[in-house]
Parts: sequence; structure tokens; C-alpha cells
Amino acid sequence: MSSLLDIRDLDLTLDGRIRLLRRVCLQVRAGSIVGLVGESGAGKSMVGRTVLGIAPANARVTHGAIVFDGRDITRLPEDERRHILGREIAFIPQNPMTALNPVARIAPQVTDVLRMHLGLDRAAAKARALKLLTDVHLREPERVLRAYPHELSGGQRQRVLIAIAFACRPKLIIADEPTTALDVTVQKQILRLIRQLQGSCGTAILFITHDLGVVAKLCDHVAVMHGGRVLESAPAAQLFGWPAHEYTRALFAATPRFDRPAELLKAVPAALTQRLAEEAGALDLAVRGHGG
Amino acid sequence: MSASYILRRLFWAIPTLIGVAIVVFVLVRVVPGDPIAMMLPPGATADDVGRLRAMYGLDAPIAKQFVVWSGEVLRGDFGNSISLREKVSALVLGRLPATLELVIVAVAAACLLAILLAISAVLFRGRWPELVVDVGTGLALAIPDFLWGLLFILVLGVLLPWFPISGRIDPTLDFNPATSFYLVEALVRMRWDALGNLLHHIVLPALALALPLTAALTRVLKGSLIDAMNQDYVVLARVKGYSRTRTLWRVALRNALIPTVTLTGVQFSFLIGGTVLIEYLFSYPGIGNLAIAAVTQRDLPLIQGLILTFAILFILTNLVVDMTYGALNPKVRQA
Amino acid sequence: MSPFLALLRHPRIAFGSGVLVMMLIAALTAPWLAPHDPLEQDLLNSFQLPVWSGGDVSHALGTDSLGRDILSRLIYSARPALIVAFVAALCAGILGTALGLAAGYFGGRIDSAISRLVDIWMSFPSVLLCIVLAAVLGAGLHTVVIAIIIIDWTRFCRVVRAETMVQKSQDYVASALTIGLKPAHIVASEILPNVAPLLLTLFTLEMGIAIVVEAILSFVGLSVSSGVPTWGGIIQEGRLYVNQAWWLMALPMACIILAVLGLNALGDGLRVAIDPVKAR
Repeated sequence: MSSLLDIRDLDLTLDGRIRLLRRVCLQVRAGSIVGLVGESGAGKSMVGRTVLGIAPANARVTHGAIVFDGRDITRLPEDERRHILGREIAFIPQNPMTALNPVARIAPQVTDVLRMHLGLDRAAAKARALKLLTDVHLREPERVLRAYPHELSGGQRQRVLIAIAFACRPKLIIADEPTTALDVTVQKQILRLIRQLQGSCGTAILFITHDLGVVAKLCDHVAVMHGGRVLESAPAAQLFGWPAHEYTRALFAATPRFDRPAELLKAVPAALTQRLAEEAGALDLAVRGHGG
Repeated sequence: MSASYILRRLFWAIPTLIGVAIVVFVLVRVVPGDPIAMMLPPGATADDVGRLRAMYGLDAPIAKQFVVWSGEVLRGDFGNSISLREKVSALVLGRLPATLELVIVAVAAACLLAILLAISAVLFRGRWPELVVDVGTGLALAIPDFLWGLLFILVLGVLLPWFPISGRIDPTLDFNPATSFYLVEALVRMRWDALGNLLHHIVLPALALALPLTAALTRVLKGSLIDAMNQDYVVLARVKGYSRTRTLWRVALRNALIPTVTLTGVQFSFLIGGTVLIEYLFSYPGIGNLAIAAVTQRDLPLIQGLILTFAILFILTNLVVDMTYGALNPKVRQA
Repeated sequence: MSPFLALLRHPRIAFGSGVLVMMLIAALTAPWLAPHDPLEQDLLNSFQLPVWSGGDVSHALGTDSLGRDILSRLIYSARPALIVAFVAALCAGILGTALGLAAGYFGGRIDSAISRLVDIWMSFPSVLLCIVLAAVLGAGLHTVVIAIIIIDWTRFCRVVRAETMVQKSQDYVASALTIGLKPAHIVASEILPNVAPLLLTLFTLEMGIAIVVEAILSFVGLSVSSGVPTWGGIIQEGRLYVNQAWWLMALPMACIILAVLGLNALGDGLRVAIDPVKAR
């Protein structure tokens, strides 16, 4: 079974000099949930953004391909790419407080994708929007549709964003740390919601996070990133049970454990980080040697 | 923006108006150059002068004059113009519609132009349209509207006689309006010939008046648009599949207008002051033109009435700008 | 020596300084530079064409309705323009700066009082106020200067107040206070030098404004007596004949525009050059 999303040896270069992504390889099968973990700055967000086409303006794909549903979207012209986005690939952003248009009500922000990609008329779109808001367990969906973003809480806004993401029943959703900005109690609810919707829609999800606990509960497959590289990629059970890469093991060791609260916190050893950086540097040199 | 808010704002405007009235009142009476003496033929006796002065109430002490005048104003009586021998209120109200039409056309033109220019500059960032807009606004800001008016007269009125350079309407045109709102009447009565002629006359003065405002608006709006385009909600719009153009027009513009109104709000009331010179330049029969005539004639009652009128217009303009801000920014409305 | 020359490398400063120097030369050497007496009328030679339209070199820019040489009149007009510009900008600057320093440094009630004054002052339509003042005070250069001062001191006051407040929160002021220096001393010797570059920029901008205001007033007939030629006055005269002799209006306009653009460029260039951190 070929993958829905196949990222092959992707290089992302900033200003022609700094490598943000180094030969990243990642596959997402249709209907599965893939977790992408790593420290801040590891490049996991950048992977998601590159797929969506919203990487920084001065960052360029200098090697490799992103093949979605058989087509390399890095080579597609702008307008074709736009048709895929929103309809087949959607996005759940990290910060619900800033991701919604503050001067527009919720209704047009949900119905716009419905009308743009599904061609629904106003009444049909509104009805569908109501159903979507109900699906994400928002109480008084009518009131929410008429509200402005600043009248809703963070959790409510995140549910709206999730509704928008699932609106056109996309094949793939890229969730960029969707629970990081929320309270712990709300986090659990949102995660459950995402899993429920994923199950009923059959959408594949690329779940980007630094929270290993979330990944353990949610994902079928996990990839670990550091310094713009994918260090290890395996089915969840395998990764957590028998981590292959030294860094993955160090990450697990560094995670505070609920059942051993008195333990001192362990950091990832500096020597390890140093070695990984050197490896990354060597990779850059090799690439540059080939005129990359 | 409730009714009580508006009423409160109007209430606080009163001390400002009183202050303006007092300052002008005193200032104008410190005048060297006696308007009364100017009105009488050379052979007048001191007696005649004295009687005329008493008739205009100019012989009483200043404080008493002010009290008398205030009382009359509150009753709606602004006195009589010394130079034009008519009631001040009639003169002002007769000419006010012309100025209002000029100002409204100028503001509309300024807003429209600013939006078009700013969006072009952002859409074509780094290419020549942006450069043209930047240089153009720099020039427009550096050169005051009075000079622009003169330039327009020279270039578009004389050298290339595309537009008329004086008056409001061609006097030979068969258009007898019932009110002083010529533009409105021509529209309502569907007199397209009159409408065309009126617009033809109003183009140059309105543009000259609008230019500094347009330049300021364009600059600030461009900056705000660039800021807005970097926001998360714009990223989400792009991810949803919006084109860059659609994002600018539908998402960024509305948001960018808010800080623009905040930063340039005060410029709108400057426009009111600008009418004085522009109307004079183009012989446009509004209250600005009347003001210059009043001052050169030292016509005290008329000057006072006009300054009060301008102050009221100022305050109303600021109020409208505030209300626009409330209309644009939903977060403010609950207040 | 070298700091000034270094400044001249900036194109805006070079252009602006050039314009200013040209105006100064015109004003100072007018009696020798101008080919004719600006007031000398020659009714037989009225409306002479300028040199590029086929006119005589003796009247290089043509003559006006009364036969007066335009080039000479334009050169002599630099005098009232510059006098007004310097004096008005200087006085408005002193007044505005003094109040701005006071408001910014002392804060509290003094600041509120001065700020309110500035707000009320700025809610007046300045053009109208200017004209009324001119009518009240009568014709003459002093009128123009006073009108400009009264109208535009607020520009200095606001900016200086803001800058003073910023400077006041800096460490060097705190240490000066702990040493026991008196406020007046602190303001004069510590804060003022830091505010000075800003003042220079404001001063050049104010000069540009003053020239325009003077032109407006003389255009409306409320400036100096008609004996003294001013750019605004020449424009006013030219306007009457704009259909026959458009250059009568265009030439003085060009002078004013050049002066304004030059002074603006100078002020802008100085602002950027002196404080590169705050550039743009």
C-alpha cells in the first residue's frame, strides 16, 4: 500500500546557506496518524509548513520531493497547489488565539472553505457549518457561528479550527502542536475529539508535537527529528518498546515520570547533541560537495 | 457606539467650543483697522462713527459684548455681516452645503485612491509599482495642498485645459436647484448633464484637497497591510486555499484599516481647514472662500460665526472618525 | 571639519544643503546678483517672454504685467522667505522646546496642563487661525513670523516632550540626580544635548513650513506690503494672468517647491544620518 504522503530526501535551505531540513524522509499512509516529535528547533514544524506551502518566503526546497497522492507538490504551479490545499490537505494551527480573523464572525470563516472547494450555496454551507460545529462538541453552535473570535475561549476557538480543518473531509491534516497552547484538561478533550473525527472521516494526520505522552496515546507511527534530520521512524509500539536510536532513548530518559516523581530530571547529554550536530554538519558538507 | 457615548462626546465638545469662541472674540477685537470706519464714506463725522458702532454693539466693554453675543448665538442668531449686510447664519448656511459636498467628495476620493494604491504597492512588492507609490506619497506629503492646487490649475487647467479652474458649475447651464446641495439634487433629479458639469468642476479642488490625506493614508495603510499579511490568520487563509489577491482584499484589508484609522484619524479634520485655501484658489463658493473674504474685510460677526462653524465641523469630523473605528473593530463595540 | 563633510555624502543632505545654500546666496547677494531692480516698472515691456520662448536674455525669465523683471523679483524674494524661515523656526523652536522640556521632565500636573493646551491648540484649523492672526496683526514680516510661531510651536513641543520623557528614564539622569544636580542644570546640560539632533531636524522641517506659510499669507495679501516681492505675492499676481502668461505663476511656484523639497530632504536626511538606529 503506497503512502498518501511521501516526503523523499527533502532539503529546505534558508537564504541559500542555512539548512533547515536535511534529507528528511517521511511517509504517511492513508487513514493513519503519524507523530513527528523532537525538541524545539528540530524542524518538525518546518516539515509541516513546507508541505502546506507556508514555509518562510526566503526558504527554498533545494532537494527532494513531496509526493502527495502521486503528485510532487513542490513542482506544481501555484494555482494547482491552491486547489489541493484546503480541500485535500488541511491544517490545524498551534495558536487558536491568533489563527482566526479577528474582524470576521465565525460563520464566514467556516463556510468559506465549503463554498470555495465544495461549491455549496449559502444555505447549504451554513447548514453544513452548523453540523460541523456540533461534531466538534461546541454547545450553542448557532451562537458560535454569529460570534466574533474574541468572544470565544481558547478551547472553543481550537474546536472551531478543528471543524474548519475537517470541513471538506480532507485526505490529510497537518496538526502543528494543536494542544500546546491549551490547558491540560482541555488538551485531553481536544485529543479525544481529533481521534474521534479522524476515525469517522478516515483522514490521515501528521501530528507535530514535542509531547511524547500525546504521541504514545494517539499515533500509529512515529518519527523522531533533531537538527532538521529524521533520526528514527517506526511504528509507535516498536519505537516506545525498543527505541533504536541513541537520541530516542535519551529523549525517553529525559521525560519526567509520574511514577518516579522524586527522580532528578535528566537532560539529553551534551555529548550526544554535539555528535548529532557534527553529523548534520558533515551531511551539509557532503551535499555542498555535490553542488547541492 | 451607543447613543449615550455620542452624547457624552458632544457634551465634552462644549468647553472646547466655548474656549474657541472666547479666543476668537477677544482676538478679533484687538484689531487695528476699524471696520466701522471702513464702512462709512470719508466725510463721516465722529458722531456717525459712534452711532454706527453703537448699532453694532461695539461700544460696550468686551465682556459685556461676549455675553450678549453668546446669548444671541444660543438663540441661533449669529448677528449680521458688516461687509455683506446679511444675517451671518443665512450666509453660512447658504454656503455650507457647497463645502460639505467638496469635503465629502475629497474624503471619498482619498479613501478609494489610498486603498487602491496601498494594495497595488503590496501586491507588487519589490517591483516598480511599489516604488512609484512610495515616491509619489513622499512628494505628495512634502508639498502642501495649496501648492498642489496651484499645480493642478497650471497643468490641468491652463496648459492642458482639461478641467475648469473656478466656480462650482457652468453658469450658462440651465439648472435651477432648490437647495444648495447641487450634487445631491442633480443626482436625485437625474439631471446627468448638470451632474457631469458639477463633477467636472469639483475634480481639481477635491483632488488638491485630498492629496495630503491620500498620501498619509496610503503610507500607513501599506505598512499595516504588510503587518497584517504576516499574521497567523492570513497564513490560515492561504492554507485554506485563498489566492494572494483574495487574501489581501478579503482578509488583510479589513484588519489593516483599523490601525490606519487610528494613526491617520486626525488628518481627516485637517481637511476641513484645507478648504479655506483650496476654495479661495478655485473660487469655489463655500465657507472657506467666505472666510478669507471675511478676514480681509475685518467683518467681525462673520469671522466669529465662521470660526465657530469650523470648530463644530472639526468636532463632528473627529466624531465620525471615531464611529468609523468602532464600526471596523468589533472588539471595541461592547464598550 | 570631517563630520560635516561625511554628512554631505548622503544624497538627501547634499541636495537639501545645496538648495539652502543657493537660497542664502540669492538672499545675501541679491543687489549684485539680480540683473534689474525688482521694483522697476517698464510698462512698454510688459509680458516679455522668457528666454526659452524666444525672449531677450536681458529679461531671462520674462517680465510681469508691469514690466518688472521676474528673475530679479524671484531672487529678491529669497530674502523675506529666508528671514521668515530662520526667525520663525527659531522662535517656534525655542518656545516649543522650552515647554516640551518642562512637560517631559516634570511630568504630573505641569505635563497635563501643557498637553491639554497642545491638544486644544491643535484642534484649531491652523490655516484659518493663521489668516485671522494676520488680519489682526496687520501686514508685515513680523506678522508672518508671529503667526507661524503661534501656530507651529506645538510641533516642537510634542516631539521634545516625548524625547525628554525617554531621556529622563535613562540611567545618566538618575545618576545626575543622585549626585544632587538641580533639575534645571540636568535639563540644560544632560538632556538638551541628547535632544539636540532631533531639534536640528525639526528646525529644517519648520523652515520649510514657514516658507509655505509665508507664501500662503502673501498669496492672500496679508503678508508684507506690496513693495517687497515675495514668491507668494508673485504667484498671486501671476494667477490673474495665468491664461496669457502661465510662466508668471509657474516660476515662483517652482522656487517654493524646490525650497520645500530641499528643506524636507535636508531634515529627513539629517534624521536618518544622525540616528541610524531610529532610521525609518
